[in-house]
Amino acid sequence: MRLARDPAALPRLALAALAVAALLPALRLAEFDPAALLDPANARPMAKFLAQFVPPEVSVEFLALVGRATLETLAIATLGTAAAFAIGFPLSLVASASLSLSALGPARDAPLRRALRYPARLALIVLRAIPELVWALLFVRAVGLGPSAGVLALAIAYGGMLGKVYAEIYESAAERPARALMEAGAGRLQAFAYGVLPAAAPELVSYTIYRWECAVRASVIMGFVGAGGLGQQLELSLRMLNGAEAATILAVFMLLVLLADAASALARRMLA
Amino acid sequence: MKPAKAAEVVPARAAAGAFALRARELSLTYAGGRRALERLVLSVRPGERVAIIGPSGAGKTSLLRVLATALRASAGDVEVLGVDPWRLGAGARRRLRSRIGLIHQSPPLPPRQRVVTAVLAGRLGAWGVGNALASLAYPADIDGARAALERLELADRLFERCDRLSGGQAQRVGIARVLYQRPELVLADEPVSSLDPALANHTVGALASEALERGITLVASLHAVDLALAHFPRIVGLREGAVAFDLPTAEVGRALLEALYAQEGVLPTQECRPVDLAELTLPGRPRCD
Amino acid sequence: MRALCVLIGVAALVAASALYLGFDTAAVFSSEARAAMLKYTAGFFPPDASPDYLRRIGIGALETLAISALATLLAAVAGMLVALPAAGRFGLAARLAARFVLTALRSIPELVFAALMVLAAGLGPFAGTLALTLHTTGVLGRLFADALENTPRASAEALLHAGAPRIAAFFYGTLPNVLPQCVAYALYRWEINIRMAAVLGFVGAGGLGQMLYVALSLFHEAQAASVILAMLALVIVVDQASALLRRRLGGQP
Repeated sequence: MRLARDPAALPRLALAALAVAALLPALRLAEFDPAALLDPANARPMAKFLAQFVPPEVSVEFLALVGRATLETLAIATLGTAAAFAIGFPLSLVASASLSLSALGPARDAPLRRALRYPARLALIVLRAIPELVWALLFVRAVGLGPSAGVLALAIAYGGMLGKVYAEIYESAAERPARALMEAGAGRLQAFAYGVLPAAAPELVSYTIYRWECAVRASVIMGFVGAGGLGQQLELSLRMLNGAEAATILAVFMLLVLLADAASALARRMLA
Repeated sequence: MKPAKAAEVVPARAAAGAFALRARELSLTYAGGRRALERLVLSVRPGERVAIIGPSGAGKTSLLRVLATALRASAGDVEVLGVDPWRLGAGARRRLRSRIGLIHQSPPLPPRQRVVTAVLAGRLGAWGVGNALASLAYPADIDGARAALERLELADRLFERCDRLSGGQAQRVGIARVLYQRPELVLADEPVSSLDPALANHTVGALASEALERGITLVASLHAVDLALAHFPRIVGLREGAVAFDLPTAEVGRALLEALYAQEGVLPTQECRPVDLAELTLPGRPRCD
Repeated sequence: MRALCVLIGVAALVAASALYLGFDTAAVFSSEARAAMLKYTAGFFPPDASPDYLRRIGIGALETLAISALATLLAAVAGMLVALPAAGRFGLAARLAARFVLTALRSIPELVFAALMVLAAGLGPFAGTLALTLHTTGVLGRLFADALENTPRASAEALLHAGAPRIAAFFYGTLPNVLPQCVAYALYRWEINIRMAAVLGFVGAGGLGQMLYVALSLFHEAQAASVILAMLALVIVVDQASALLRRRLGGQP
């Protein structure tokens, strides 16, 4: 039989059949219907909306509004990252200090540390796995619309992320200085402060700045569900089907992301 | 062992007096200023088998690449299979190239591609795009690929991935691809450099006899002088980008070879152990039997 | 010394932000606020585990999975198509145009696309799929274009010099070299997309996100908790599947 002569033919055929078998239900579940795009009930308002993009809304009052919203977004990102640091840094100490230093010898209160380590790591994993947008929605429901929800959501979501990455940086960057200090008789905390921290500091700072840059983007997205800033304004404009305003806000958003990118790269270079 | 000199076979389709290859005052200077070829002159008739030897840096690879239309010369003319390839339109040049087979010293095979696909790729110039794509799903000519590999003792690797091959095996797959291509002109750039002496001798022999049987014009650059002397009736010595000598094998003497490899001091042979000139038996008797 | 200046600068920025927002730390951590938060949080435990709701969650999860998988697949194909001009295969003008399109698609967040697609195609998972496809095309297209530009040309060139037509040389010479990397990128992107697909529902684009939004709007915290747990489970499953596929298909990320 011809198929049998190429040993790869049968597995390939089986794989193809499997892919097709998975594709059809997927298309149905996703309600895949390209024709819906052409349905006049959808197409006409959409076309009208897109047509309003040119020219974008550049009235002075609107630009002032957008300017204020942009500052709000920057403030949310900065405060949120700072709060995330306040949460992530202690968590990273608990999660990692017991790891990298426990190899050097048991601490006096080793059982307590061990008992703390796993919940800490678990907390970090859970905090990281829930998308920040979900946190944003939860906080909007809990504390109401506005920037506070955004700041809190960033604090929690990014706190977990910072905690995990910091812990990894300690483990990879700074084992030897800490070990040397411990062998010279320093206590565990001292070894950490004088051994691990100085070696890891550049990477810690670099990653934190990078997270700030992501926070700027995330703040806009969270604003979409009511957490203030540029995103909330965009959501309003979209809901009003005001294409001109939406175009301006999108342009400002892209500019903001570019600037944050550049600022972050500059800051990281200066501190390198 | 094939006799050093064999009757030249001129295929019927070539017009009498036509050249398979003609290079006139060929010069090549690379971008960095390195002069690879210096006013080189060479003519090869259809069906001839020519070996090109010379020290490293003599320009063997550059010459073959120019002849294969992979590179364009900086000055001078080149005629391949009777036409100047650079006067042709892109489509005509593509068709010309499908009649030329270039064997690379280290063939650029995609690592995850299977040997059968790599070999069949030789005829992409003749297949339509539809066939080419269909062959990716199921190889179109397994028997043809197997036959090409059998001549090189590699038929058992037909469905292996190219990155699982040794250097020597990969080199032979490159040769098999050109054999499968059935070109009129084969240009081989150190085709057996990664093979052990016995296998190298066998492979060059297979290549030369295939050329003889089918009337293919074969121009091969070889690092091992003894292989060149054993299998080819005509030897061209290259030195510093120009032809040092161009003679039938029987007339290639010790003095000529000495002068050619003067800088290296010893003659390179297949056993990778440079051999003193006095030890090398001439003419044409190979060191590996 | 410089580090101290930087620290002071950062602290100043943070303080300025707090002032601008009128962020009153005292108010956020006041006892009433804490009590309210605690009460709100308590509503999430225990999560709703009724069989009827679990079934709906199951369907929502499958819907989200379908959105993410379909979108990643479509984006991989579309991305490769746009990557060809973006890698310079059709000249400089085409390269600039293609790169511009990819940058635009990449810069607009998926959520914004989702809101736009709900407009264009109506509520439901199709809008989510379209949105994710558009954004991911920008991301994958850029990665594929860079991979194409960095891949060694020798394999394809050898085939061209043997007379192969350009399309055949691409499929036999370039694609086998670049495919493992592209597949790895696409699978990695699927892991990100499953998280995004989960939340696109917030603007009406179907899946678990839409269920979460509804549950929170109706203050059914227990149901919301179940949906969040389902999201977590889904993310873990896709992460494992993606890692497994990446190992099997042998590509390096």
